[in-house]
Amino acid sequence: MKKSTASKKGKSWSLRPDCLRVLSDDGKKALKEQKWDKSLLLSMYRNMVLTRLYDERAIMLQRQGRIGFSVPSTGQEAIQTGTASALKADDWFFPSYREPGVFLYRGASLFKMFCNLYGNAEDICQGRQMPVHYSFADLKLFSVSSPISTQVIQSVGTALASKLRKEDAVSISYFGDGGTSENDFHTGLTFAGAMQTPSIFICTNNQYAISVPVSKQTGAKRMVDKAIGYGMPGIAVDGNDVLAVYQATRQAADLARKGGGPTFIECLTFRMGPHSSSDDPTRYRDPDLYEVWKKRDPIDRLRNFLVAKNDWNEKLEKALLDEIKAELAAAVEKAEAVVAPPISSLFENVYAEIPKTLKKQQDALIKEEKLRGDFENTSEAFPL
Amino acid sequence: MATLTLVQAVRDALMTAMTQDHRVLILGEDVGLNGGVFRATEGLQKEFGDDRVMDTPLAESGIIGLAIGLSLNGMKPVPEIQFMDFIYPAFDQIVSEVAKIRYRSGGGFKCPMVIRTPYGGGIRGGHYHSQSAEAYFAHTPGIKIVIPSNPYDAKGLLLASIQDDDPVLFMEPKKIYRSVKGEVPEEAYTVPLGEAAIIKPGSDVTLIAWGAMVPVCMKAAELCAPRGADCEVIDLRTLVPLDEESILGSVKKTGRVVIVHEAPRTCGFGAEIAALIAEEAILYLEAPIIRVTGLDTPFPYTLEHVYMPDPERVALAVGKVMNF
Repeated sequence: MKKSTASKKGKSWSLRPDCLRVLSDDGKKALKEQKWDKSLLLSMYRNMVLTRLYDERAIMLQRQGRIGFSVPSTGQEAIQTGTASALKADDWFFPSYREPGVFLYRGASLFKMFCNLYGNAEDICQGRQMPVHYSFADLKLFSVSSPISTQVIQSVGTALASKLRKEDAVSISYFGDGGTSENDFHTGLTFAGAMQTPSIFICTNNQYAISVPVSKQTGAKRMVDKAIGYGMPGIAVDGNDVLAVYQATRQAADLARKGGGPTFIECLTFRMGPHSSSDDPTRYRDPDLYEVWKKRDPIDRLRNFLVAKNDWNEKLEKALLDEIKAELAAAVEKAEAVVAPPISSLFENVYAEIPKTLKKQQDALIKEEKLRGDFENTSEAFPL
Repeated sequence: MATLTLVQAVRDALMTAMTQDHRVLILGEDVGLNGGVFRATEGLQKEFGDDRVMDTPLAESGIIGLAIGLSLNGMKPVPEIQFMDFIYPAFDQIVSEVAKIRYRSGGGFKCPMVIRTPYGGGIRGGHYHSQSAEAYFAHTPGIKIVIPSNPYDAKGLLLASIQDDDPVLFMEPKKIYRSVKGEVPEEAYTVPLGEAAIIKPGSDVTLIAWGAMVPVCMKAAELCAPRGADCEVIDLRTLVPLDEESILGSVKKTGRVVIVHEAPRTCGFGAEIAALIAEEAILYLEAPIIRVTGLDTPFPYTLEHVYMPDPERVALAVGKVMNF
């Protein structure tokens, strides 16, 4: 009975043997002797735990009706952390909406990220986008868009500018398995291949595009096979192995910085949570596969590795959890106290300067506000 | 001062901008060695090298997406879409991205660029080499729309667009690329965005047009003079942001309006102008506002000269508002 349900829901992928791995499935040992910098491992571990707890906190805030929406990345923390930790401050990042860990590793302020979830006056984006559409220009973290894969070709543009100026920077973009079906995945990889830009393409193959399984997304047996058609190297990686993700990203970045052009990296993983706070994955997800991937939890694996190396213990774990929970609580408390953006903010940043035609609308709205007072909010819940 | 065609003035502006500012880049299909299918970029790759005049893969969405990244990272891209009819694959990148990046990032990011594209009918181009798609883009806050009608404005408006801090859709009336000639200063100069030009003063009827419909209206005005109507002709030059004062000032003087555009009538930009006049100057009107436009049909091949507004059709409309 269970099997027939699963097949109706579409076949998904377990880990393939061709995926690059550094850690064993339980993380207790490295598959290959290799020296790892302890402070790097600890900062990776901290970021993965922070990302998981951030996501959990955001879902909780949504369930309590304190924010409108959130998009958890549970199970995908290794990809976000492994890629971000392998690159430099000058590199350009083009995340999708499911990469809070990339923002966190780059040093985005937790307070500002929560302000984005609240859409308040301290939100960098002034509450103009839905939650999780962060933008941190000073950290070269490009503004997140909802349309899928539009950022892929844009990241080729920043990479091309770096190349033209003979700078060292690379540009990295993130998209999912569903994202590979979109127009601008194709234009992005086509242009990068033709122009040999210093680009890294991260396909987070979490096996579901909302409810549609990867088997219905493509006839390709492996996402990584797409690379060859665009004339670039492809690396398939165990996306739940942060060290493998780090290694593949470093390899791609080294190649790009040497003028060797772009790399496509498929990170095979599994979306452990819902698509978003509005989604119920039990309607479509293969429950067996969930159990398989749960055993390969990326945070457990790195923790086991650290413990086996004697770099981690229960006491340190408790201290870290306490510290992060306190940080999150403080940031939420501070963000929740911030008021909504003013009505005048609606008109700013549409253009460099407000044109006369728009100024007229601004004046009219301010007049209307004076006349009627409050604006009643009758918005319905977001369905997607 | 040299006498140039409109397309030569475009090329002259690009040459000037690239000489002035090394961040200015040209990218598109066939813009390099071939100099563009209309020769608007002729010789520029030879002058500035293929790092600054780039032939791209054949994908309009890719051209605009690439230009966004170039702009984010400090360049001033001037992407060309070979025909405006081919801009639709890039619609998402223009409407969802180019137009919204400044807004959605709270001003943290911006992506000024000038998207040049030849538009309009009258070159025997059928459905897919003739459209005037300004209305789709005028409906999108965050981009400006500029359309020159003569060589002097083409150079000055293009240089102003490249200097502008916002993205600009620069539509070039390809029917008059070569048929309209005029004196163009060799030095750099700008024609400000957002300012219409009253190119012929008159007292009876206001004709409002842009691009290739401007010379049509000028000829219509000539036809109307002996028939007893003194036409004022406004060349809008910029659709977004619209110069409302010039339109309303003229309408309040003449009391009669004919709006002329090539694009289909329904939801065409003329409807916006008519609504503006109705909202802000209705008591000055002596007659209904009339639109002379393309038809609500796809753009035809053999009968394009019937489809497109011509001076006689505009003159007939002037007759109607004069005799209301």
